[in-house]
Amino acid sequence: MKTSTLKPVMGYVAGLIFGLGLGISGMTDPARVLGFLDVAGAWDPTLMFVLGGAVVTNFIGYRLVLRRPSPLYGEAFQLPTRRDLDGRLIGGAALFGIGWGLSGYCPGPAVASIAGLTLPLAALLVAMVAGWFLARAVPTSA
Amino acid sequence: MDLSATLHGLVGGVLIGLSATWLMATLGRIAGISGIIGTLITARPKGDSAWRLTFVLGLISGPIVLMLSGGGLGNVAGGAVDVTGQVIGEPAGGVMLMLVAGLLVGVGTGLGSGCTSGHGVCGLARLSPRSLVATLTFLAAAMITVYVVRHIIGGGA
Repeated sequence: MKTSTLKPVMGYVAGLIFGLGLGISGMTDPARVLGFLDVAGAWDPTLMFVLGGAVVTNFIGYRLVLRRPSPLYGEAFQLPTRRDLDGRLIGGAALFGIGWGLSGYCPGPAVASIAGLTLPLAALLVAMVAGWFLARAVPTSA
Repeated sequence: MDLSATLHGLVGGVLIGLSATWLMATLGRIAGISGIIGTLITARPKGDSAWRLTFVLGLISGPIVLMLSGGGLGNVAGGAVDVTGQVIGEPAGGVMLMLVAGLLVGVGTGLGSGCTSGHGVCGLARLSPRSLVATLTFLAAAMITVYVVRHIIGGGA
């Protein structure tokens, strides 16, 4: 098969495994996510095991994969190279954290939950897309 | 501690890590949800959109597969009785709250170049200092937000 056909197939498989992981881990349930973020309440450590399991697995995976000269169906590995810290990064992360804490949704679980779409979730998704457009309008020097 | 939830969290987490490794091995890309979908919607890059679209379709079909499999792994993870409610939990608030939260999530992940997956799952695995700072920042901001909402405004419920 041609690479142009295989690329979307590889993308689908990656998305499917990611979606299965989110569902199995319980991360598509905002109550469980908020339970982790509520350190002063009845703390639910699940998210720590999800993130830990994902990071350790991917750390090993990246070490094996990035030894190769290039990806199987792409010209080169596209890795971020910046190492500096700026206001955009930290301010953006802080704003995201507030939205995450208010809703219990980060982008992955929000999109993965579309099959169980409710009016509040639809509102969150529409506003999130609007936010992405807004962020693009902010000059990079800000 | 809920042992079942912990095990499901670990299994799900390993799958998420495998997905990220898979995307790097095949397409050479970071599995950052806000980046993949945000770029697809706001920029629609020529020749670089098809895999983003199929990734989103895959992401959505994951929980559907779990729902259809009935009584399977996904159902236990949520801890609820109702099948749909287990895999895909109810939103924690109404439309107005979700509009505000969604806007913050969109603007924040757009400005900060990533979310829990891009900075958390992928950035930490690359030992990126920017991702470490971003992850600690959004975790702290989210924990403070929940504290204010539940224990200061909500009176400790």
